[in-house]
Amino acid sequence: MTIDAAHSAPATVPIGVSGWLRANLFSSPLNAFLTLLGVGVLALIMPPLVRWGVLNAAWSGGLEACKAVQGTGACWVFIAEKYRLMLFGLYPYEEQWRPLLMMAILIVLLLASMNHAFWRPRLAAAWVAGYLAMAVLMWGGVPGLPFVETDKWGGLPLTLILTVNAIVFSFPIAIALALGRRSDLPVIRTLCILFIEVVRGVPLISVLFVASLMIPLFLPSGMDINKLLRAQIGIILFAGAYVAEVIRGGLQALPKGQLEAADSLGLGYWQKTGFIVLPQALSLVIPPMVNSFIATFKDTSLVIIIGLFDLFGSARMAANDPAWRPFYVEGLLFVALIYFVFCYSLARYSRYLEKLARRGEVR
Amino acid sequence: MQILFGLFALGGIVCALIISDRNLKGLFWEVLAISLILMLGSYLTHNTIVNLADRKIATGYGFLDRESRFEISESLISYSAASTYGRALLVGALNTLKVSIIGVVLATLIGVTIGILGLTRNWLVARLCGGYIHFLRNIPVLLHIFLWYTVITNLLPPIRQALSPVAGVYLSQRGFFFPVPVAALGWTAAVYGLILGLALAWLVARYGRLQLDKTGVPFPSGRIGIGLVLGLPFLAWLICGAPTAFSVPELKGFNFDGGTSWSPEFFAILGALATYTSAYIAENTRAGILAVSRGQIEAGRSLGLSEGVIMRQVILPQALRVIIPPTTNQYLNLTKNSSLAVAVGYPDLVSISNTTLNQTGQAIECISIIMMAYLTTSLATSALMNWYNRSIKLVDR
Amino acid sequence: MSANDAGTPIIRIDHVSKWYGAFQALKDVTLDVARKERIVICGPSGSGKSTLIRCVNKLEDHQQGRIEVDGVTLDENVRNIEHVRREVGMVFQQFNLFPHLTILQNLTLAPIWVRKMPKKDAEAAAMAYLERVQIAEQAGKFPGQLSGGQQQRVAIARSLCMTPKIMLFDEPTSALDPEMIKEVLEVMVGLARDGMTMLVVTHEMGFAREIADRVVFMDRGEIVEQAPPKDFFANPKSERTRLFLSQILGH
Repeated sequence: MTIDAAHSAPATVPIGVSGWLRANLFSSPLNAFLTLLGVGVLALIMPPLVRWGVLNAAWSGGLEACKAVQGTGACWVFIAEKYRLMLFGLYPYEEQWRPLLMMAILIVLLLASMNHAFWRPRLAAAWVAGYLAMAVLMWGGVPGLPFVETDKWGGLPLTLILTVNAIVFSFPIAIALALGRRSDLPVIRTLCILFIEVVRGVPLISVLFVASLMIPLFLPSGMDINKLLRAQIGIILFAGAYVAEVIRGGLQALPKGQLEAADSLGLGYWQKTGFIVLPQALSLVIPPMVNSFIATFKDTSLVIIIGLFDLFGSARMAANDPAWRPFYVEGLLFVALIYFVFCYSLARYSRYLEKLARRGEVR
Repeated sequence: MQILFGLFALGGIVCALIISDRNLKGLFWEVLAISLILMLGSYLTHNTIVNLADRKIATGYGFLDRESRFEISESLISYSAASTYGRALLVGALNTLKVSIIGVVLATLIGVTIGILGLTRNWLVARLCGGYIHFLRNIPVLLHIFLWYTVITNLLPPIRQALSPVAGVYLSQRGFFFPVPVAALGWTAAVYGLILGLALAWLVARYGRLQLDKTGVPFPSGRIGIGLVLGLPFLAWLICGAPTAFSVPELKGFNFDGGTSWSPEFFAILGALATYTSAYIAENTRAGILAVSRGQIEAGRSLGLSEGVIMRQVILPQALRVIIPPTTNQYLNLTKNSSLAVAVGYPDLVSISNTTLNQTGQAIECISIIMMAYLTTSLATSALMNWYNRSIKLVDR
Repeated sequence: MSANDAGTPIIRIDHVSKWYGAFQALKDVTLDVARKERIVICGPSGSGKSTLIRCVNKLEDHQQGRIEVDGVTLDENVRNIEHVRREVGMVFQQFNLFPHLTILQNLTLAPIWVRKMPKKDAEAAAMAYLERVQIAEQAGKFPGQLSGGQQQRVAIARSLCMTPKIMLFDEPTSALDPEMIKEVLEVMVGLARDGMTMLVVTHEMGFAREIADRVVFMDRGEIVEQAPPKDFFANPKSERTRLFLSQILGH
């Protein structure tokens, strides 16, 4: 549906740098004005930023160096001093190789899953094995790995755990909700619509409140589940409702003839859904689904409000140290950079998938 | 207890699978679903009642009439620590509306501008707009809010050395101060005049369209409309004494007197939400305009239509069809994201509910109030959106 | 259970009526189809011909009357519906091949999962049917890589893999470019000569003349006239039939 946004070339062929400048930046009075505007904006923002972030900044030298440049330059020493706290939260210092290893396993699994060539049953087995390995690494409790309770988990590993679990477990829930919403049975359809619309109509923070404050009330007295699990359930249900709508779009886009062909061959409902409907519907909506996953990744930052210290929360914690408090912004920027790197890469991947999908259709 | 539940579910599923009749089968699944949910519901409710009793937490919404005993830093209506919880929540809701509405307006203005600028052939400007969109979208909103808040409170000067980019406007750690007109009849009249002007302009536009259909002669409804919208308020203002008194903030001692101010919290939330949402609106605008195929423009030109008419009658309606639904979604997202105000202490609905919750312990009631408020907004907007979509739907075979 | 007696009709459509809301698509239609009989149903668009054959494998529900296929009454009983759908194959105007599966997978999916055939047997049978429709070399390709005529031939082979007793055709050549219609019709003629019971909705009157045992003309939800092709084309009895024939044979 989107038209290729490539601007058509001007009538004359631009030669060399001056030709390019003329064609792209100064081809008309309006264009020239815009260029000047753009240059003006850059001139306003860049010099102070460069001065603060690079020229006057303290790259080493400890707290004194930072105090010296306070107000005029950035204190990147803060990152060097506190990066372990920001990245790993309260996880015991000597054991931090464990979450690091866990993240490595996770990233390898994710990268493998993104490659179409690896979509075999063996990949599912790899994920199960990976999950077990990651669980053992994080919790410990086995000889050689002292036990670390979930209260101490934090930083980037926590963000990744929350996100990946949300994606993995919300996916089947979303499929069930989407299929239920399209069902002929009115009760099932109404229940699915209710769930989806309620969850999508309220802010994530209220879902997190429900999860963290109300789940303890729902459980029989005496039973309790830890805060991480409660937050995880909340995020899973929230993501599930949004992905359900994305999948519903795919289900709706499927031509009716496919269902009729499946029916006429004698395929039952579950065979039809599993072999014909879902494979096609899901591959139709992969780009919006990946966008949804990116949003989930960003949404995990909200857990700080219910008292969990993910990547963002740990950065805040690092700035609680009174000596370093004035340099909070540098910590935030560091965290922003990490988020940006992850999200931007995923967004590029989503666009790559979109191109793949379109090429598949075209033939 | 749980075992019975499991057996019941299993038995139900087996029966449903055995039944041959299509309709009966469906009915059975539904009855099974309802009964399972009812059983689960009653189990959870039972647990909740027991737990609430154990923790000696009250139930019911009676607490709304009790004295709140906490202060709220900014409010659109009068409020004190002696006011009720109910009033406190109302203050919160109004604050949410305030930041949402102003945010939506700002986000739209910025977003549409950046979206259109991003489509120009100017390489520099297009790249800058692209950079703006990418930078803003790939960072979580909460981080935006904290960045804005930290910059405002750390990097802006203290109140005695407030920055003043324009006379009468001051930026400081304690907020954003700007002049407002002194309340006078002329200004209220001007507002009524504006509303009247908009209504009349709409009527004139309709009349003009009817005239065009009947006679083929274009009616200058655009010019008349602008005249009404600008002229009527001005006229009203003039008639009611042409008040020009402005209340300008002036530094007196440790604070500013006069004018009005936006707290740093409000400013941070507004700035973060407006810019974050504007990035998405910019993308939507771009997509909408690009979605109108080139063939439409060429067809318009070959028919001899002027560029202005092409833009208004051909491109804009089609582009808007693509732009408006996701943009309305973004407005809803902005409203929902305003709930993050609790993180910086801006007293929105969620923030005040949180305080109430902590004081009364009645988590269920408070959370239900939050959810009801947001649900109503979402559903109302969805209904409006559906109505709009139906009315502009391209009629298909 | 099955109609073993050679004289019993394999399809019995008995006073069937169907409504879409307030609109009546089928008005008291009665039609019997004998084993190995080839029936061509023709008529103007909206006459209900597609609706009729889609009622035979319960892709559409009928509100009044009785439809019996291979001795099984089509009602709300899912076992009956499943039995009928196994024994009745259908070829669609839009081919409806599964684009995400290879040609071979398209053919073997139903035999493996519905008839519970082992994979090797299903694949062998599939290749045999692909040979029959002269498209065996495309077995590894995807539907998107084939032309319309090739896709429709694959669709026919796919239905045949379920070894149905009856084949329904819903305007099988209407979506094809003219040069590909011939290859598909040839396959259908071959099927007819091999003794398949066929119910074909089509505008291809040449095909009807060559292969049909009976031509049925439908208009506005009713069967107006039916006769062997010789009589049908030479002496149409009803005015509506004459009008239709003049329109369709005119060009």
